[in-house]
Amino acid sequence: MAYHKIRSKEEEKMKGKKALPPHPMDDLLRVDRIPHIWCPGCGIGTVFSGILSAIKKSELDLNRLAMVSGIGCTGRMAGYIKVDSFHTTHGRAIPFATGLKLARPDIKVIVASGDGDLFAIGGNHFIHAARRNVDMTVICVNNLNYGMTGGQQAPSTPLGFRTTTTPEGSPEEPFNFSYLAYACGAVYVARWTALHIRLLTNSIAEALQKKGFSFIEVLAPCPSAFGRRNRMGSALDTLKFYHDRSVIKNEIDPQKAVIDFSGEIVVGKFVDRDRPTFSDYYRTIVCHEGVEENSAEAAK
Amino acid sequence: MRSGGVKTGVHFMNGDFACCEGAIAAGCRFFAGYPITPATEIAERMAARLPQVGGIYIQMEDEIASMAAILGASWGGVKAMTSTSGPGFSLMMENIGLAICTETPCVVCNVQRAGPSTGLPTHVAQGDMMQARWGSHGHYEIIALSPSSPQEMFDMTIRAFNLSEEFRVPVLIMADEVVGHMNERVVIPPPEEIEIVNRRKPTVSPHDYLPYRPGPDGVPILPDCGDGYRIHVTGLTHDERGYPVMNAETQAQMVERIVNKIQRNKEKIVKTREFYLDDAQVAVVAYGISFRSARSAVEMAREAGVRAGLIKLDTVWPFPEDLIRAVAKTVKAIIVPEINAGQMVREVERVAAAHAGVHLVSHYGGGIIKPDRIWRTIRSVAKRKRR
Repeated sequence: MAYHKIRSKEEEKMKGKKALPPHPMDDLLRVDRIPHIWCPGCGIGTVFSGILSAIKKSELDLNRLAMVSGIGCTGRMAGYIKVDSFHTTHGRAIPFATGLKLARPDIKVIVASGDGDLFAIGGNHFIHAARRNVDMTVICVNNLNYGMTGGQQAPSTPLGFRTTTTPEGSPEEPFNFSYLAYACGAVYVARWTALHIRLLTNSIAEALQKKGFSFIEVLAPCPSAFGRRNRMGSALDTLKFYHDRSVIKNEIDPQKAVIDFSGEIVVGKFVDRDRPTFSDYYRTIVCHEGVEENSAEAAK
Repeated sequence: MRSGGVKTGVHFMNGDFACCEGAIAAGCRFFAGYPITPATEIAERMAARLPQVGGIYIQMEDEIASMAAILGASWGGVKAMTSTSGPGFSLMMENIGLAICTETPCVVCNVQRAGPSTGLPTHVAQGDMMQARWGSHGHYEIIALSPSSPQEMFDMTIRAFNLSEEFRVPVLIMADEVVGHMNERVVIPPPEEIEIVNRRKPTVSPHDYLPYRPGPDGVPILPDCGDGYRIHVTGLTHDERGYPVMNAETQAQMVERIVNKIQRNKEKIVKTREFYLDDAQVAVVAYGISFRSARSAVEMAREAGVRAGLIKLDTVWPFPEDLIRAVAKTVKAIIVPEINAGQMVREVERVAAAHAGVHLVSHYGGGIIKPDRIWRTIRSVAKRKRR
């Protein structure tokens, strides 16, 4: 059923009904923007709720928290979270977040965007922010295609899989984002699927505590655009597929953390290390100052 | 962040350096850039100067990222700028559009060199004037200033920051290679004599607050990130709540407002200077480095007894159409010298052609316009019986 029909049906149902009981995440949501735009079965909502739970769990100061996103389905997260939120241009969430974080070290910055946004059009920004180790948590919802525009080939589309721009199957090998993040210098790298809700939430909470560039990739179903062209069945079938194929391998060499749709999908926390951030080096090398312990805390 | 850092005194410095000193005096504490001649000296000087005043300099991976980073910094409440030349200016257009749509104060200095493409590195041109006006997609208004000396690089950079903070719009400093690289006397006044404008901040409680509801001057009063208002900022067409609304009514309201906040405040924004206009028969309209060629030419004309006048455009966008229209009614012809194949002359034609003849003195770039060429055009136009 077309999305707008479902939406108008939902709205019809809501009419005349008493106000809904408060939701535990209400203080973190722009409730006046609900219902959201995501399709039924989409994995983004699950990841979004994981982010909100992790924020709650981390007891962050909501006035000192910002979400920056690019363009695409996942990019719309910034529109629903009730913190200072920036829905920027396609691929540019990370450099925008870099400016925000460097200007305001007291603000915790989360970047949430899709695989196309972060790694195709925004790929250059990703590798440089990871290299500089700018203090931010980047969450990538990887749905293997461009969902917003109707399902085109993305840098994550598995070899041979069909999209609207690869009707005979994709002739390109996809990126391994987690391996790329590790190679570029990210201090925290993890991959989960939208089914690993608890592990994902814990992982986001852990990444939020991490000083430096942390990266979490989440494989999520896109039944409307990707699933149906690749005979993956319903969203539930995709989740079941992820469930059957995924193997948790914490601390594995990220190079070996493969996403093989005919074999295994490796998930887990691959990297957790420490190295000085851009701001640390800026203070010591450029400003000739000593490094303060946990400078973001001190700035508060 | 620490304040101050104004290098009060008389200096001999190039235009690029003067731009940096203007920025620091205006309160700029964040610079993100990418090397490109003839604007590199701005990045280099900022890299040295900003740490001295508690600011941040970062060299980004490209000009797209530089522009994005200054917007992020600006939302962090820090005055921010970048600098570039033609090829980088092209890359910045995307996020200049975001700055316009989200009403983010920021300053971009374009030290123009000859194009198109990589063009003629790194010789002078004024070929990006229309790109400054229309380079990003969609309909909008923008502010662009045009310095013609290192002193003006200093003065106009301060003004650029002030206008940007007041009207919440990117302000472009459309310099050029000669102004950027020439060394001249630059007088930096004491800090108390420098007028500084800072963005207004909301005072109502976050509960009753509508971020994109404009004030009486059409400019919204927006909080910085971290002020506790927890607002949403988007490059999508948005309503007064800042929320995306995809319909023609919201589009009309938003575009009308971002256009009108500049158009209706033109008196405050537009600055020009007039020379010898009272009895002028022929007027020269010039900006940037070509103003200096034009001034010599007009002085040559006056020495020869030809009644020539001169208008200098300090503000090029919004275009000072009221003044040009008024002058067109009093003179026989208007001459526009510029280092391109005719860009601002189109604007002059648009407002003046009904009243006076409009003549272009063009140079394709690679050198400045020799005053003699402008003087010859003044002489021949002045001699003609008809316009």
